[in-house]
Amino acid sequence: MLELKGICYSAEDESRETEILKDINVTIDDRFIAVTGPNGSGKSTLARIVAGILKPTAGQILLDGADITDLSITERANMGISFAFQQPVRFKGITVRELLSIAAGKDATMAEICGMLSEVGLCARDYVNREVNASLSGGELKRIEIAMIMARRTKVSIFDEPEAGIDLWSFQNLIHVFEKMHEEIHGSILIISHQERILNIADRIILLTDGQIKKVGSKEEIMPELLGAGAPCKTLTDKL
Amino acid sequence: MVDAIQQSLLEQVAGLHEIPAGAYNIRANGHMAGRNTTANIDIITKEDRSGIDIRIKAGTKAESVHIPVVLSQSGLKESVYNDFFVGEGADVTIIAGCGIHNGGDSASEHSGIHRFFVDRDAKVRYVEKHYGSGDGNGERIMNPTTEIHLAQGASLEMDTVQIKGIDSTKRVTTAKVAQGASLVIREKIMTHGRQYAETDFKVEMNGEDSSVNLISRSVAKEHSSQLFKSRIIGNQKCQGHSECDAIIMDEASVSAVPELTANNIDASLIHEAAIGKIAGEQLMKLMTLGLTEKEAEEQIVNGFLK
Repeated sequence: MLELKGICYSAEDESRETEILKDINVTIDDRFIAVTGPNGSGKSTLARIVAGILKPTAGQILLDGADITDLSITERANMGISFAFQQPVRFKGITVRELLSIAAGKDATMAEICGMLSEVGLCARDYVNREVNASLSGGELKRIEIAMIMARRTKVSIFDEPEAGIDLWSFQNLIHVFEKMHEEIHGSILIISHQERILNIADRIILLTDGQIKKVGSKEEIMPELLGAGAPCKTLTDKL
Repeated sequence: MVDAIQQSLLEQVAGLHEIPAGAYNIRANGHMAGRNTTANIDIITKEDRSGIDIRIKAGTKAESVHIPVVLSQSGLKESVYNDFFVGEGADVTIIAGCGIHNGGDSASEHSGIHRFFVDRDAKVRYVEKHYGSGDGNGERIMNPTTEIHLAQGASLEMDTVQIKGIDSTKRVTTAKVAQGASLVIREKIMTHGRQYAETDFKVEMNGEDSSVNLISRSVAKEHSSQLFKSRIIGNQKCQGHSECDAIIMDEASVSAVPELTANNIDASLIHEAAIGKIAGEQLMKLMTLGLTEKEAEEQIVNGFLK
């Protein structure tokens, strides 16, 4: 169970201080929880704060009751938090196999790598010895990123816009990945997404606007809100 | 024969755990410690100065030559001239390398001057490793000079690695590439402490459809410094590419000085250079997989230099 208590985050930009997250309070023990909201609403910042990449300016994060607010990225990773980046990172010289082995915490065998990659629609034979560098496309990197999170089998898995960049591989497969992850690991999967099809499988949706939780609820409760949210001004409606 | 320290150096620079198969010449502390020749590969001691001639017969296929050098006597300074004559159509692997163990207080220095005369359509793979060990205060210095002459249709691929223990190195490589010949050089360097490494390439493409590809990857740590110079001259229709990719850490410094000269309208020359610290995103990604910052850094550096 992941608890966020009074999380605030401000970023300093020259002399100006911008509040990105304001007093976020939420408890996550669901199977699938989705975080959605307009661009710039603070979704990715929230995910980065949970993973430990950013330190909140105020508030507390608890994992299964233990305060992890001051723990490093590594410590949180080892306690069971995984984070799939929105934009996967490239590494010159590090192969797909090595990266998956680091994720799995052991030297993965060819059969294991094959299992991990086939889940995300990649054939291990074509990828296992490839370097995770610029020769891989954005979509391929994204799938490898998801495979790494699956390999980690942690109790909290965060995905920052997993659907972005995945074109040919159907959403159905992505959803199947999340379902399989839950079946095998029984953890919580937190997905930041704009995609209705992903929001549809969520047990609960957190709607974030302007750094604040506007509403938390089932998809029936949140979806109408999303469509009606922030009516555009006249100039924009005229163009639409 | 070689002692334990020398044996360990041999393992580092030539991957030799025992006497190699094929032709070899082992030089230890300035003297020949072993030699073998084959029907196709002859090794002859030079008479006018220190060094050997390696003569590879035309048409020799799938043979290798090992010529490692080890120094374990502190304060020894030597210059060695090795000439390789690779006959027409031969296809061989040459493994050179130098290991210095300096447990004393005086500088040990090895300057190896290697010249390659590669005849028509011959193929050479040349592997060179440099390694230093020993806890003495004496510096370990290596200054390899490589001079390459590629005849029509010949090719040479050179892999040069210096990962550890060399305090100062100046590596000069010159090449003349004839029609249809190709040269590939891959260099990997890591420096630390107060080490200095300088690389100086000068390649002239003198024949039509000749090509050269220079790829340098380096990591400079602590207070070390590196200088990468590359000059590519295209005198005919040719393809030239050089790439210097460096990771800089701590208080280190790296300079890259590329120079391209095209003397023919069909010469196509490219240089790419990138120097920068390890990307924060890379460290973070590996840390979210459970590695500590230090482990992540090692992983990134090892991958980069692999």
